[in-house]
Amino acid sequence: MYVIVAGGGKIGFNLTKTLLDDGQEVLLIEKDPRKFRWLEDRLGQVVLRGDATEVATLEEAGARRADAVAAVTGFDEDNIMICRLVQKVFGVNRVIGRVNNPQNEDAFRLLGINNIINSTRLIYRLVLQEVDACGLIPLLTLKGGEVEFLETVLPPESPAAHVAVKDLILPEQCLLMAILRKEDLIFPRGDVVLLPGDQVIAAARADEVEALRRALLGSV
Amino acid sequence: MRVIIIGCSRLGASLASSLAASGHEVSIIDAKSEALERLPHDFPGQVYQGVGIDLELLARAGADNADVLIAVTDRDSANLVSAQVAREKFHIPRVIARVYDPKAAEAYRAMGLDIFCPTTCGIDYIMSRLGGAK
Repeated sequence: MYVIVAGGGKIGFNLTKTLLDDGQEVLLIEKDPRKFRWLEDRLGQVVLRGDATEVATLEEAGARRADAVAAVTGFDEDNIMICRLVQKVFGVNRVIGRVNNPQNEDAFRLLGINNIINSTRLIYRLVLQEVDACGLIPLLTLKGGEVEFLETVLPPESPAAHVAVKDLILPEQCLLMAILRKEDLIFPRGDVVLLPGDQVIAAARADEVEALRRALLGSV
Repeated sequence: MRVIIIGCSRLGASLASSLAASGHEVSIIDAKSEALERLPHDFPGQVYQGVGIDLELLARAGADNADVLIAVTDRDSANLVSAQVAREKFHIPRVIARVYDPKAAEAYRAMGLDIFCPTTCGIDYIMSRLGGAK
């Protein structure tokens, strides 16, 4: 697999190293001459000095034959530009953009960049998982937030505890997808009975999340 | 006209003042508070601190019914992305962006964006002044 990484900060540098260790073909693009020399000393030939927001640089990097491009500079506008160019001009399908400022996430999506890494949001989710063990934890959203994948652990007083899946009263626009019970992965077919302590993974439309919370957790 | 200016650069600030002085409704956005200090104290328009691709901020600055958006930060990529957001999300009828890199200016012009390139303008001006000198 040939991967182009744009932006040689901490993320770009470590991503490149990880890909190299994994035996992948990688090219890292960095425009700052000082950072470029630092990177070249450590990574050698796989670093290209240039501005990845320019078509000429991407051409030189061989973007046309890239299997994936990761735009991970510290500037959201640059990341958006790079993603747009490799999609539109070079026809690369797998394009990942780093969101530095969570407020800019909508602009990424608006301009057709759906594979985004928003580290603030990732950490936020981890924090929620630590503190809010009885609530619904958002795992992932699709379609710009319309559909949410959620996870929860059923408390002893859950209205869903000791109830078979087919007898659950759930909102219409949701689906239980998996149950993790100790070491087991259980697919929640109709006759599976939910137990307190079950870790339940569900998908729901955003406007049904509250109803799902009530169905699984009661009125907490 | 309702005008939004992204980037309180020397160009952005002066343009904002001139447009406001001739009676237009002007909103100006810049991420840096120092940059916004370039505006005169009695600037009659709206001033917002933030980036030009923040959809919420753009909406607050009146992007939904703006007639013109002008992107003149000091970064080509910021101007180009703002211009694309203005067009695709807010459908602002006139969007003008500054792009220093002549090649990028050419490429994005071909994609239908209204772009001016100070580098090319400078070259053309100097060449025309030198034209007679051979």
